[in-house]
Formats: sequence, structure tokens, C-alpha cells
Amino acid sequence: MITLTLDDIPNILMYSTPLILGAMGGVISERCGVVNIGIDGMMCMGAFTAATAGYFLANPWLGLLFGGLAGGLIALLHAIACVTFNADQTISGTALNLIGPGLALFISRLVFAGSTQTLTVSRKMPKIFSQEVSGIFRQINIDVTSLIALIIVILFWFVLYKTKWGLRIRAVGEHPAAAETLGINVRVLRYACVIMSGFFAGIGGGCVTLSTVSCFSPTSISGQGFIALAAVIFGKWMPHRACGACLLFGFAQILTVKLSGEKSLIPSQIIAMLPYVLTILILILFVGKSVAPKASGKPYNKNIC
Amino acid sequence: MKISPEYAVQMRGITKTFGSLMALNKVGIDVKKGTIHAILGENGAGKTTLMNILYGFHQADEGEIFLEGKKVFIKTPHVAIAHKIGMVHQHFMLVDNFTVTENIILGNEIANKLGIINYKKARNEILKIVKKYRLDVDPDAKIENISIGMQQRVEILRALYRGIDILVLDEPTAVLTPMEISGLIKIMHELTKDGKTVIIITHKLKEIKSSSEFCTIIRRGEYIDTVNVRNKSEEELGAKMVGRAIKLVVDKDEAKPGKTVFEIENLHVYNERKISAISGLCLKVRAGEILGIAGVDGNGQKELVEAIMCLKKVKSGVIKINGKEIQNTSVLNVLKNKIATIHEDRQKRGLILDFTVSENAILGKYKLRPYSKNNVLNNSEIGKLTKKLIENYDVRPKDCQNSLAKELSGGNQQKLIIGRQITCEPDLLIAVQPTRGLDVGAIESIHRILIEERDKGKAILLISLELDEIINVADTIAVIYNGNIIKTFSQNEADEKVVGLFMAGGKVGANARKNS
Ligand SMILES: Nc1ncnc2c1ncn2[C@@H]1O[C@H](COP(=O)(O)OP(=O)(O)OP(=O)(O)O)[C@@H](O)[C@H]1O
Ligand SMILES: [Mg+2]
Repeated sequence: MITLTLDDIPNILMYSTPLILGAMGGVISERCGVVNIGIDGMMCMGAFTAATAGYFLANPWLGLLFGGLAGGLIALLHAIACVTFNADQTISGTALNLIGPGLALFISRLVFAGSTQTLTVSRKMPKIFSQEVSGIFRQINIDVTSLIALIIVILFWFVLYKTKWGLRIRAVGEHPAAAETLGINVRVLRYACVIMSGFFAGIGGGCVTLSTVSCFSPTSISGQGFIALAAVIFGKWMPHRACGACLLFGFAQILTVKLSGEKSLIPSQIIAMLPYVLTILILILFVGKSVAPKASGKPYNKNIC
Repeated sequence: MKISPEYAVQMRGITKTFGSLMALNKVGIDVKKGTIHAILGENGAGKTTLMNILYGFHQADEGEIFLEGKKVFIKTPHVAIAHKIGMVHQHFMLVDNFTVTENIILGNEIANKLGIINYKKARNEILKIVKKYRLDVDPDAKIENISIGMQQRVEILRALYRGIDILVLDEPTAVLTPMEISGLIKIMHELTKDGKTVIIITHKLKEIKSSSEFCTIIRRGEYIDTVNVRNKSEEELGAKMVGRAIKLVVDKDEAKPGKTVFEIENLHVYNERKISAISGLCLKVRAGEILGIAGVDGNGQKELVEAIMCLKKVKSGVIKINGKEIQNTSVLNVLKNKIATIHEDRQKRGLILDFTVSENAILGKYKLRPYSKNNVLNNSEIGKLTKKLIENYDVRPKDCQNSLAKELSGGNQQKLIIGRQITCEPDLLIAVQPTRGLDVGAIESIHRILIEERDKGKAILLISLELDEIINVADTIAVIYNGNIIKTFSQNEADEKVVGLFMAGGKVGANARKNS
């Protein structure tokens, strides 16, 4: 029999945090009309850069920041391709998914004497309470990155729905020509959103290498970006719902870990599928149809509209 | 004319090319402050382009703009807004899933330093303007849930909210009902009373007569003339626009109807909300006859067409073509039985906008020889067909075969569709609002095409919200009201006033029972 306790909360959050940040990246990009399937590549680049910077600077906070910047830099390529040159957004995103890990491993070999794994950082990201606390505080001692991710979700929600910037971003994602006729600069806004998207995805990657583990290896990022994207869709492009989908996935992941600890008849491979199947099932059963922002994925060229 | 502060807008020598196409060639316009000024021109003449240049949405290749005598450079809509110019676009620029308030304040939000929007204050501002100009608008409704007329008032409201001196309206009435149109003209007069200037693009000569003082005429990108509307008749305006004398009413001979081709008996159809939209409707169309259905929008016209085309389920009743029942079968079956439709919304149901003109020309025929063989398209045959369509139905520009359908002006899109549907050689041609948004020249040619088809012995069902069109073209006029035909007239008994009365449901109880 498996039981879930308070102790599991930090772990659920630990699994979910990179997904949540990746999903926020997806939300912001798609909300302003640029499909970003390159989240995984950006997370990968972020994870590597964060681990490397964290190692050399011996400061996880700076590491995380550099991870974000690296993600943003990759995203800049996406913005140039999609916004300035009206390239196909899916192709550009796919390219980034190939470039991200490739570049990370390449630089890793250069920097770490041919190794595709970075050296372990001396300091990981802290937890919200010090290790000495006891009782309930010890049980719910989550990673500080998890807390940051949750705060970012609230911030995203607030910005998107309560501020003029959010209104403009949403308008550009739905009807860019309308936004343009009202004096909003569609290109500038899309650049900003895509770069931000890379920044948050990069931080998400950094959470893996600086909170969950303490170094980067080729398997650090293996599909989290895609799960984050799925969460965006399941979450109907809303930050809080996308976050919910990520938490659900994290929860299913913990369930799997617990199940595979038990002696059971079910083969472990089947159990490993559980989080995916469970997530899909719940979402099919309880989440209605989701509609993408109308202009999402379409290059905006005002001369043909 | 001299550059002078008496003029709200003066544009001089505006030239604009799109690729190799010269959309505007040294066009000028002078708009007096505080007047309503119309711009008239055929489809594709360059009216929208000229106004888009004034609004900074497009940049002119050459030319100057003066506002109240001062030269200005309008590089973006942002600059235009700063100069107090507002524009209501031909295709509305509204975000469907935003509320009215959100759409109005977008880009000009009332917000604090952190960017947090003060919706309450914004709403009050909007309500102030709503009251002042007596616009019927609900600030909390979502755009997708309100009528097209209200959407348009939202667009106007949006301009007023920004504090405008000059309002440009690009074909504002194409989609409005007669009631809404007179409401709009009232608003326009209200605005000029306030010292604002209104520029209106429209194809409807009647509206120009009833609203504007001056009218500038553009033909194929060239400036033709500016006239005082009071001294010109509708025919004169129309003739100036197309460059030849035109007939607002196309001549035709008496119809020689043959046997009944198409018949509807006791039709019942529900609408989306499961409310009866058509209740017990009967009609007959004979070969060689145009049956016109007159009626105010929303009286079941949409459902009627959808039911005939099997796009909507029929609850009960019979639809017969050449004696064969087709209700509740499939679209394919309807097409096989030689019914062709010119749909109301050409951009949604008539064309695939991102396909080329020739790809659009074979929609519905691509499976047939000689256009394809063994599932492989025969491009040279398709090219020939397209050329023929472009030639016979005067689609412009002439070399548009490989252009995307969305690059054609509205009128030319429509001619392409009509040509395509007629070359299907249908027994019954259904034309729904076939001339919406078209210039009088194009309307004339489309009316002529319909009458020619009638003379070839086709049965034609014409559904239109324009009473003039029905009265001028149809041989038999049926008035639809509340999902039923409440009265039929032959063309020579039909009087605009009487038909209009029936359209409003008048006299129903007294003497008009179902008449089929
Ligand atoms: N963005 C564009 N790219 C290429 N060609 C264009 C573009 N916009 C307009 N045109 C062409 O320029 C010409 C003028 O178009 P415009 O939209 O100004 O016509 P219009 O007078 O407003 O016609 P309508 O009455 O049909 O609205 C047309 O031939 C049109 O096909
Ligand atoms: Mg136009």
C-alpha cells in the first residue's frame, strides 16, 4: 500500500518546477503569437550554462541567472527567424531543439576536458528553510526554486490579465493587425515575449542542474520541454492552469516512484508510463476543449493581411 | 486647391505600388473641416489603400499629407492617432474574445505606473461617450457575442475614446441592416456637428446622397474628380466612377418560366439554440425564373440555405430538385444533383484565401476530367479554365492566376466565385447576397450574369438583404419573415414600400396567410 504524506510535497514540486518554468516560457511566447516548440532546446542550454556558471562562479544564484540568459540568447535566434524573417515557427523551433543539446555538449567537451558531464557545483540552490529546522517545517522544506516558480506563475497571471502589457500581448496573439492599427508595435512585443520565453525556459533548465541534481549530463533535460508544452495546451494557454497541469504531472511522477518501490506484479516499464497516461487521462476527462491564441504560429506581415 | 487650414486633410500626389501593381498614381484629396466627405471608386480602385496611407498603416512611395495646412509625416498608426485621426477598417479590427471595453482601451489603457489597468475608470469614460453620442453598446459584452452593427459602433467608439478630429470609415455599411445604416448616418451628422470631419468610403450611391457634401472619385488608382454631391444624381456619380454610363437597373425581358425545378414543402429547421428558425416554409422555383427572397436579416435566410445545402439538419419537410428528395443527405449529394451556391461569406465558404486563384477556380471540380486524371492534377487544363473564368467574368487584375485569393479585392473575389459556380452548369443556382461590398459597376455585371443564366433556362434562387436588388432582378419576390414566406409578389406588382412593410412583418395577421 502506498501513502502520500506531507513529505512528498517538496518532491512533487521538485519534479514540477522545471516544467512550470518551461510552461511559463511557452505561455508567454504563444500568447503573443509565436509558437515556441524549441522550449526543450532552450531548457537544455539553460541547464548546461547554469551548471557551468554555477561551478566556476561557485554561486548558484548567478548560475541560474546565466542559465536564463543562455536560454534567452537561443530564443533570440527564434525571434530573429520568426519575427524578422517570417520563417516557419515549427521548423525554427525544431532547429533549436537540435541546436540546444548539441551546443551544450559541444561546449561541455571544450570546457570540461572532453567530458559531456560538467563537474559538480560546490553549492546547490538552497531550500526555503535551513537544514536544521524540524517538525512540519522540515517536511515542507521545498526548494527555493520551487517557490520562485510559483511566484513567477502568479506574476505571469497578474501581468497577463491585469496590466496593459498583458492586454497588449494577448491582443497581438489574437489579432496582430488590430493591435498594430492601435499603435502597438507587434514586432517589438513579439521579440520581447520570445526572449522572455527563452529566459524562463533557461531558468527552468537551471533548476534541474542546480536544485534537483548538481551537475549537467546529457540526460539532464530529456523531454521536459515537451511536457511543458503539453501543459501549456492542457492549461489552455493560461499560466495558472498550465502550472496546475505541471503539478499534476509531478504528482503522477512521485506516485510512480513510490509504486516502483513496492514489490508489485506490474512491470516497472508499465509503471514508468503512469505519469504520462494519468496526466492524459485526467486532462481528457476533466479539461474541456482548448483553443490556441488565434494568431499563434502565423507570421505577421502587414502587407498581406 | 491651395493648402489651407480650412481643410482637415489634404493629400497631394500620393503614389503607392505593391510589387508591380500601381495601386495609386498621384492621387490627391481635399477634405473640408467639419464635413462628411465620401470616396467613391470601383473595387480595387485604391480607396482603402489611400486611407491606410493617411492612417499610417501603409507608407506612400511618394506624396505629401497636410492636416489643417500643416505638413505631416505619418509613419505609423501611432502617429496618426497622435494627430487625432481614427479609422474604422473595412474588415473590423476587433479581438473576438476580448470584451468591448478591452478592445476600446487597447493601446491606450488607463493604467497606473505599474501598468495595472483601471477598468472601472475606463468603463466610465466609455459610458460617457456612449451617452453623448447615444451609441447602443454594452461595454461588458464579448465581441464574439454581439451583432455586427454593434461591433461597428465599438470601432467608432474606440476612435472617439482616443479623442479624434478626423474619422475615416471604410465601407461601414456593407454589412449593416437598413435600420443600422440610418443610425450610423445619424451618428456621422452628430460628429460633424461637434466640428469633427468624417471621410466615408462606400459603394452605395444612395448613402452618399443622404450623408455627404462632397465626393471624391478614384478610378483604377487615378484621381478623377471631386464633386458637390447635391448637384449630381446617383447615375451621374456611378458613371463617373466606372467611366461609362451605367444602368443601376439592368434591363431584362419578361421571364418565360418552364417546369418546376426546385421545390420546398413544409420545411422545419432549428437554429443553433434549438429554436425554430424555419417553420413550415414552402417555395417553388421554376426553370428560367429568378425567385428573390426579401427579408430583414435573421428571419431564417441563413438556415434556409444551410438546410438546402445539407449543412444543417432538417427537422421535417421535403426539399426536392428535379423531383428528387435531397434533404438530410450530404453536401456531395446536393452538388451531384446540380445545385450550386454562391455563399454569403465569400472569405469563409467561397474561397480558400491562402490558395492561388487557379487553385480556387477548380474547387469542387478537381476530381473531374480533364482537370485531373488518376488523382494527378493537370495544370495546363486548370490554367486554361482559370484564364477563361478571368476573361468571362472580368476578374481583375488580368494576370492574377497565380496570385493568392486574398490579394484580390473583394469585388474580384466575388466575380471569381460566381464564375466558378456558374461553370458547374447547375440546374439551380443559389445566390446569397451576391453583390455585398461590390461597386455599382460590378453589381451591374453580376446582375447581368444572373439574368443571362435565367434566360438560358436555369432556376435561380436569389437571397438578399438589399431590397433594391431583389426588386430589380427577381421575377418573383417572396418575403421571408420569422422563418416563413408570408407573401409573394410578381415583379410588376412589387412596390418597395409594400414589400418593405411585409419585411417588417406588417399586415401578417390581417390578410397575409402563408402564401406559396
Ligand atoms: N497588401 C497588398 N498587397 C498587394 N496588393 C494589394 C495589397 N493591398 C491592396 N492591393 C491591391 O491594390 C489595389 C487597390 O486595393 P484597395 O484595397 O485599396 O482597393 P479598394 O478601392 O479599397 O477596393 P474595395 O472596394 O474592393 O475594397 C487592388 O488591386 C488590390 O488588389
Ligand atoms: Mg477597400
